[in-house]
Amino acid sequence: MSANKESWGSRVGLILAMAGNAVGLGNFLRFPVQAVQNGGGAFIIPYLVCFLVMGIPLLWIEWSMGRFGGKFGHHSTPFIVDTMHKNRLWKYIGVFGIWTNIAVASYYCYLESWTLSYVFHSLAGSFNGLDQNGVSNFFDQYVSLGESTFGIPYEPIFFFVLCLLLNTWILSQGLAKGVERVAKIGMPLLIIFGMFLAYKGFTITAGENGAINDSSVGLNFLWTPNFDELWSPTVWLAAAGQIFFTLSVGMGTIHCYASYVRSKDDIALNAMSAGWMNEFVEVVLGASILIPISIGYLGIDGVVDLVNSQGGLGLGFRTLPYLFYQWGDVLGAVAGVMWFGLLFFAGITSSLAMGTPWIGFLQDEFNWNRRPAAWSFGLIVLVLGMPTVLFFKYGVFDEYDYWAGTVSLVVFALFESILFAWVFGMNKGWREITSGADIKVPNIYKFIIKFVTPLLLLWVFIGSLITPKGGDWAGAFSNGWELDDSSIINKIKNSNLKRQLAEATDPAVIEQLQDTLFFVNASRILLVVVFLSIAGLVYMAYKKRVREGRI
Amino acid sequence: MNTSALVVMLSTMLLVTGATIYFFIRVLNAPHKPEPDSYLDNDDEIERQAPRA
Repeated sequence: MSANKESWGSRVGLILAMAGNAVGLGNFLRFPVQAVQNGGGAFIIPYLVCFLVMGIPLLWIEWSMGRFGGKFGHHSTPFIVDTMHKNRLWKYIGVFGIWTNIAVASYYCYLESWTLSYVFHSLAGSFNGLDQNGVSNFFDQYVSLGESTFGIPYEPIFFFVLCLLLNTWILSQGLAKGVERVAKIGMPLLIIFGMFLAYKGFTITAGENGAINDSSVGLNFLWTPNFDELWSPTVWLAAAGQIFFTLSVGMGTIHCYASYVRSKDDIALNAMSAGWMNEFVEVVLGASILIPISIGYLGIDGVVDLVNSQGGLGLGFRTLPYLFYQWGDVLGAVAGVMWFGLLFFAGITSSLAMGTPWIGFLQDEFNWNRRPAAWSFGLIVLVLGMPTVLFFKYGVFDEYDYWAGTVSLVVFALFESILFAWVFGMNKGWREITSGADIKVPNIYKFIIKFVTPLLLLWVFIGSLITPKGGDWAGAFSNGWELDDSSIINKIKNSNLKRQLAEATDPAVIEQLQDTLFFVNASRILLVVVFLSIAGLVYMAYKKRVREGRI
Repeated sequence: MNTSALVVMLSTMLLVTGATIYFFIRVLNAPHKPEPDSYLDNDDEIERQAPRA
């Protein structure tokens, strides 16, 4: 018998935990940058369309798959998908639902530890008196394991381990007393902090506190629609990709959380409520902080340069702490605590979700108790995460993010949508979605889930596999297909790194690039080894079930 | 702000905020299911106990 006897404390708690799983750092750092780079206000149209025809269907698919698997005592994707069809290979596809979480948690907890560290640095006034370059250099020094203001040697490692201990301890407390309790505290605080910062983002006045633009300049830049971009496949791909990452679909966490819901209880309304809550945080709060505040103080050109060179992450960590101090020492520190505090809550509610599939798997298949299962997760993430801390500048972090946090999500979501609609069968699937539902699910979704969602996912996958150079699809069809360096195929071939190596003349640069190439390949091998190891455990679990007569 | 940006921003924000509030209120007002349900906190509430056969 499984040692897993867990339950959620309340329905609101489950929804907040699900919303917390979806709300992550990307809501505040990735979405506004994607919007700016893909047509401003017009981006919201493909974004919302993708939410309706891909995001919501995937939420329903994953909630109902999870609840269906839970009926048979399964709380992780390998054996959840195994219950849906007799073909034994499906459970190995389900390995993605554990592997992705372990691999993503390994770098995500490091990212989360930055936010925790920056909360303390904001409180301690570390950024006070620094100019913009000073704050940016502070970040460089931090991630290169240099000694920081606190004087703690290897401070990033200290905060990474602290963050991991916190995650592991909360996970060891169980669903209701651990994960749900954090969501019930973290989500309301995140929304309050976000509303305060959004208010500041809306009320910047040129000439006050060093601002060079009114808020309206940044908001115009973000929201003015460029409808020509609507016809660009690149924009639609970006919108579909953003919906993926923001909802945390294709990961296996939603299946795991939903597997603790009984079959007579609703999932359709729960999924809608958690999904729209995530959209509120992303579209309403996320769009009102980073870009309007940055443009208010740095101007459009300055922000475009920063976004192109550093992305949203750079803007959030290298620039905003400096801008907050333009509001005065006290308000600067308070805003810093709120900004990094909300990022921390966004991060921890997601990283906790990443721990639950592994814990559920060990409890179900090997009769582990919650506590040792949680600590084993912490240990694995520590071992896998250390390379991202120690070799950050060699691209290990980015490599984990690309394969586990980007490609894997699309692959698993594509498989699960096909399994649900075509293998398990749409009629049975529809019964699962609507069973116990507290809302009427529109019948049109039967068609969308069966045809539109899998085709869209296939298109997203193929679009990522063979992205044409510069995202110029029309040119690729007419002038021959040259792959972009961001395409999966060129990523596998390390085309970008190899080109840089061929062009480099400075010995120091050549050495750095050679080291990067080594660490990039080593990270991939490590990720493959982890995947195969989990697949091996799934095989052992299957054999154990056969021995025990459970299959 | 220019008119087109204002229209897109306000309509998007109102739509998303409205949908979030609407679905959350639907959750809060949904009829309770009798025990045993998926949630621990209400296990002892008398009105949720299933009638004995």
